[in-house]
Amino acid sequence: MAKAWKFQNNINTDQIIPGRYYPRENVEELGEFCLCELHPKFAKEKQKGDIIVGGSNFGCGSSREYAPIALKYSGVKCIIAKSFARIFYRNCINLGFPILVCKECYDEITEGDDIDVNLESGEIKNNTSGKKYNAQPLPEFVLKIVDAGGMINYLKEQANSENTNEV
Amino acid sequence: MGTLTEEIFSRKLGREVKAGEIVWVELDRIMSHDTMSWLAIEAMRKVSNELGIEAKPKFPERIVIPFDHILPPANIDQAKMQRNIMNFIKEHKLPHFFQEGVCHQIMIEKGFVQPGNIIIGSDSHTCSYGALGAFGTGMGSTDVGIAYATGRTWFRVPESILINVTGEFQEGVYAKDLILKIIATLGVDGATYKSLEFRGDAITRMSIPERITLCNMAIECGAKAGLIEADEKTVEYLQGRTTENVDINNNGIIKANNGNYEQTFNFNISELEPQIACPHDLDNLKPINEVEGLELHQVFIGTCTNGRYEDLEIAANILRGKRVNRFTRTIVIPASTEVFQKANESGFIKIFQDAGCIVCNPGCGPCIGRHQGTMASGEVALTTMNRNFKGRMGSPEAEIYLGSPAVCAASAIEGKITDPRKRREE
Repeated sequence: MAKAWKFQNNINTDQIIPGRYYPRENVEELGEFCLCELHPKFAKEKQKGDIIVGGSNFGCGSSREYAPIALKYSGVKCIIAKSFARIFYRNCINLGFPILVCKECYDEITEGDDIDVNLESGEIKNNTSGKKYNAQPLPEFVLKIVDAGGMINYLKEQANSENTNEV
Repeated sequence: MGTLTEEIFSRKLGREVKAGEIVWVELDRIMSHDTMSWLAIEAMRKVSNELGIEAKPKFPERIVIPFDHILPPANIDQAKMQRNIMNFIKEHKLPHFFQEGVCHQIMIEKGFVQPGNIIIGSDSHTCSYGALGAFGTGMGSTDVGIAYATGRTWFRVPESILINVTGEFQEGVYAKDLILKIIATLGVDGATYKSLEFRGDAITRMSIPERITLCNMAIECGAKAGLIEADEKTVEYLQGRTTENVDINNNGIIKANNGNYEQTFNFNISELEPQIACPHDLDNLKPINEVEGLELHQVFIGTCTNGRYEDLEIAANILRGKRVNRFTRTIVIPASTEVFQKANESGFIKIFQDAGCIVCNPGCGPCIGRHQGTMASGEVALTTMNRNFKGRMGSPEAEIYLGSPAVCAASAIEGKITDPRKRREE
C-alpha cells in the first residue's frame, strides 16, 4: 500500500526544500522538511514508500541538489509527474532517485489513492480506481544511468568496461 | 551550419554537432558557490574513489568558487560548511576563490567567461554567461563534483528557440521588463531543455549588463541556456578583464549560421510598458498600471539579475535627494565589490544611504530568504530578483513582486508600487 500525495503544476525547488533549511551537516535531516511549508500534512503524515504525483514542470527553479536529496530522505518511493524541469530531472537521474513521466496520472489520480509502481517496467496501478498506466520510457542514455544506479556508478561501469573514452 | 548553440558545441568538439546529440565536453570553467560546493567536493571524492583515481580537481585553474549565497555566514552550520570548503581550496591550491559578490557577476567581471566557452555552475542562473556568447548552464552538485574530478560533463545539445527583438525602449522601460514579458509569453516551462537565442537590432544596441539581465532569466522559462552572439561590445567589455587564454578577437567569436530553430518569437519593444511579475510565478505578469498603489513593506535592489553599476545608476538617479518611505525596508546590494566601489565613487552609495536605504555587502542578500531581509508572514516585497516563488524570501505567507530597478526605486519612495515614468513627470 503506497499512498499518493498530490501536488499541482510548477512545484519549485524553493517549495521542495526552502533555502532556509540548508546547508546543514546531516543532509538526511532534510527529509523532515521536504515540502513542509507547501503541504504540512504531507510533511507530517508521509510514510516510507509513498508516492508523489505532480503536474507539469515539477522541480523548476534552482539547481540545488538538496531538493532531490530532501525527497529521497523523505522516504518517498518515486515521483510521477506530467513533466519535469531540466536541472531537477538530471539531478534525480544522477542520484538514482526514480522519476516517472505520466500525463494521465496527474489528471486521474486523487490524493490518498493506493498506488503500486513497478519502477523497472514503468507500470503504474491505481488500486483505488482499478486503472493502469504506463510511464513514458526514459531516453536510452538516461536509462543507462538509471540502470547503473546513478551517474557515479555509471561512470564506474564505463571505466570498468572496455569503453573508457567517455570518462 | 547551425544555431549558435550548435556552432558553439561544434567548435568545441571540432566536428559538426546537431541538436539532440549526447556529447561529452571538456569544460572551460566549473563554478560552484558556498551552499553547493561541499556536496560537489563529496561527489568528487566518491567518483574518484569509484574510478580509482586520486581525489583531487583535475584542472584547479578552471574551477572558480565565489562565496555569495550566505556571505558572511549567518549561523554555525553555514560557517562550518564555508570553513570546510576553504580548507579544500587551500589543500588543492585552487587559485580562484572569492568573497566579494554574486557568483555570476564575479565570473563575468573577472573574465572567467569568454565567447565560445562551455561552462557549468552549481547554480541555475549560470545561463547568464550567454550574454558574452558562452554556453553556460546550471547543474547539480553531483555533476559539478564529477566535473571537478574529470574536467568533463555530458550534454544533450539542446534545440533552440529564436527570440527576435526589435524597436527601442520607451523611457522608464528596461531589459528587465522585456525578459519578464518574454518569460510570461513563452510560459514558465515554455523553453524546458531548449536554448533561448536572443537576436535583433534591439539586442545589438543593448549593453553587456542589459544582455546579462536577459540571459540570466532564461532558466525562468525552463531554458538550459540563454545566448547572444558576441560582438564588438563583448570584446570591449572583456578588455582588461582577462589575463589567460585570451582569444576574443578572432577564433573566439562564434556566430549562428543558418540554424534550424524550433520556434521563433518576435518582440517589438517600442510599445512595452514597465512590467510586474506578481505572486507566486513568473507567468502572473501584469503591466504596472494594474498593480500601482499596492502597499510595500520591503524593496530590494540587487542580485545577479539587476545588481550591476548600470542598475544602481538608474535607481540612484530616481532616489537622489529623496527619502524612501520609512515603513518600507529598502535594501540595496551591489552585485560585487567592483560594482560597490564604482557606485561609491559615483556617489550612488551616499544617495542610497541619504535616502534611508540599507546598503549591504555584495552577495545574494535576501534573494534566497536566509539573511539581510528575510520576510515575515503578511509582508509584501518588490524586488529586482529573478524569482517570486512562494516562500523564497522567508515566510510562505509573504508576497514577492518583481520589477526593474527603476520601478523598485520609485516605489520605495512612495512605499507602494509606482510607475517610474510618473515620478519623473512630477
